[in-house]
Amino acid sequence: MRIALLVTCLVDTLYPDVGRATVTLLERLGHEVVFPDRQTCCGQMHVNSGYQRDALPLVRHHVEVFEPYDVVVAPSGSCVGSVRHQHAMVARRAGDDRLAARAEAVAGRIYELSELLVDVLGVEDVGAAYPHRVTYHPTCHSLRLLRVGDKLLRLLRHVRGLDLVELPEADQCCGFGGTFALKNADTSTAMLADKMRHVLSTGAEACTAGDSSCLMHIGGGLARLRSGTRTVHLAEILAATEQPA
Amino acid sequence: MTTVHLGMPLVRAPRGVGMLREQEPFPAAARRALADPQLRANIRRATGTIRDKRQRMVDEVPDWEQLRDAGSALKAATMARLPELLVQLEEQVTARGGTVHWARDAHEANRIVTSLVQATGADEVVKVKSMATVEIGLNQALEAAGIAAWETDLAELIVQLGRDRPSHILVPAIHRNRAEIREIFRREMPGLGTEVPADLSDVPAELAALSRRHLRAKFLSARVAVSGANFAVAETGTLAVVESEGNGRMCLTLPQTLITVMGIEKLVPTWRDLEVFLQLLPRSSTGERMNPYTSTWTGVTPGDGPQELHLVLLDNGRSATLADEVGRSALHCIRCSACLNVCPVYERTGGHAYGSVYPGPIGAVLSPQLTGVQDNASLPYASSLCGACFDACPVKIDIPRLLVELRAQHVEARAEEHPVPSAEAVAMAAAAWTMARSKRWVRAQRASRIGRLLARRSGRLPALPFPLARWTSSRELPVPPEETFRDWWARERG
Ligand code: SF4
Repeated sequence: MRIALLVTCLVDTLYPDVGRATVTLLERLGHEVVFPDRQTCCGQMHVNSGYQRDALPLVRHHVEVFEPYDVVVAPSGSCVGSVRHQHAMVARRAGDDRLAARAEAVAGRIYELSELLVDVLGVEDVGAAYPHRVTYHPTCHSLRLLRVGDKLLRLLRHVRGLDLVELPEADQCCGFGGTFALKNADTSTAMLADKMRHVLSTGAEACTAGDSSCLMHIGGGLARLRSGTRTVHLAEILAATEQPA
Repeated sequence: MTTVHLGMPLVRAPRGVGMLREQEPFPAAARRALADPQLRANIRRATGTIRDKRQRMVDEVPDWEQLRDAGSALKAATMARLPELLVQLEEQVTARGGTVHWARDAHEANRIVTSLVQATGADEVVKVKSMATVEIGLNQALEAAGIAAWETDLAELIVQLGRDRPSHILVPAIHRNRAEIREIFRREMPGLGTEVPADLSDVPAELAALSRRHLRAKFLSARVAVSGANFAVAETGTLAVVESEGNGRMCLTLPQTLITVMGIEKLVPTWRDLEVFLQLLPRSSTGERMNPYTSTWTGVTPGDGPQELHLVLLDNGRSATLADEVGRSALHCIRCSACLNVCPVYERTGGHAYGSVYPGPIGAVLSPQLTGVQDNASLPYASSLCGACFDACPVKIDIPRLLVELRAQHVEARAEEHPVPSAEAVAMAAAAWTMARSKRWVRAQRASRIGRLLARRSGRLPALPFPLARWTSSRELPVPPEETFRDWWARERG
């Protein structure tokens, strides 16, 4: 299958390994990955901060870039959530119903990585090996906006050597929330502290999730504690094999 | 935007009265709460307990999702014809011997209730727990007129005696623990003529027994009661209150005069509609299959219950909310408090940080709508948009979507009022400009790698200036890698 990659602005700039892992994984499964390099950002930060008018050109740009593709994947539940639930809303609010209709069509063809693997490609065992003790944080947008359910867990359970430990109060928000982490820094930090306490209580070497943004938050907190516990994106685990890459 | 006409101009809740406005921005108020470990422990324990109970009760109901859909649809249908239903309610209440008063805002409602009480010659009233009367500051208004208002709900009584403000919809004293409650009773009760045993402990049964003695005296002496209403049935003019303690039933039956203050959104068209809400409400709020007391009263019945019945229909910003196509669903709220109990922000800050009688996620959308968003500007941002509230809400109010809409309304209203854009608005516009074209975006990415230079020595970024300082106060920032994904792709596959 030919799959277009929405790499997300955060992964592109700060976590290119996540993007590379996504490509490696999909190619290993026999698919063709294309990277429409005119892509920039889905505009989620603008929408969630109240700058819907500023987000409009970003939505338009996104629609133009991804319109030609039948299947689009992003290694990010929150960006997929934004495309699916916000793009048409932004266009409609600005009175552009034509753009809204196009945005809806594009949104109907975009998948978060675990959705693509399990629902579209029908695989749960991607042939990965990752011999580490790992705990899984289901991010709010994957869990509630996309309803990915246990898809990520099913993928992780098939990874060889992976010791999956349950995260207490897993479905509680880590406190990121985009600009929430800045505007309500104290509350965000209190939420993060509890999340880190739970992660550390599992004794895991790494905490994984399907969103680089939440992992940036949790990882940023763990690094400050110098805890030694890492964060790793689902794509990186699924791309790992027994052979050295 | 469509406008719904209720025959009134679209007024917002007025300033300087009641409890709907933040005294200070949410982040500042939250900081104080976060620094109080006792408060955090009290709220964490209480919300955790109710949350688990609620989940058990909801899991019992196989058609819970259909019930939620039914509740949501009924509310939407009611809002769509609210004006005619209100008129029907008025006709029915009047036909059955009650009197209906229309109050545009808090001032008007307070004036109406005060003069009704004064007309009876009474100088005290007993009160059934009511959010609407806290919203309009009725107790203060009555006090100014020399009328004492006695709260009869235990938690509301604790708040009243503690000269405190409610911090939860269902459990206004959620932020207090038993020891604190004992202290409040010991300090305040003697002045009210209720003797406090010298060895009063903080065992709940003892505290409840003491408050019962205090309240009994009030129930038996009061000639006027003031209540809210959970529901009003338009087809029959029936008002309904659900409660757990039985105090409400005493107030609704013993006094000669009953004054009910009700937000205009609390309406259901028919009796049959109660079937849905009386299932949704108790499970969502207290985690019970059914609430212990459900009282309904229809007009006046000679020789039975209050002989004089007044219904005050309160707008106070509701028709303005109804006129907002996106925001109007906030009026579907049945005040169950499920969204508070699952909210990670509420769990850590408690209700006072929201500055309003309506705290938590629903407060973060409802309060700004009732007052106008500029008067509660920090509330729509007091959420990480995690979505737990939407999942818990028995009438499926999409609170995250409302929050995002209110943020947009706030940003746009600010831009209209101030010719000079805020620093944030400038940054957002710049980012949007940059990201609207890939060439500009790539250039910006290259420039951002300047961060690598800063981090060269330690491998970590240094403490950064405002606003990123708020991030680096508790978290590290990742150091931008040498090569972006885009560059790698161009090198490897381009
Ligand atoms: S918004 Fe929904 S969950 Fe929150 S109090 Fe209202 S009805 Fe309950």
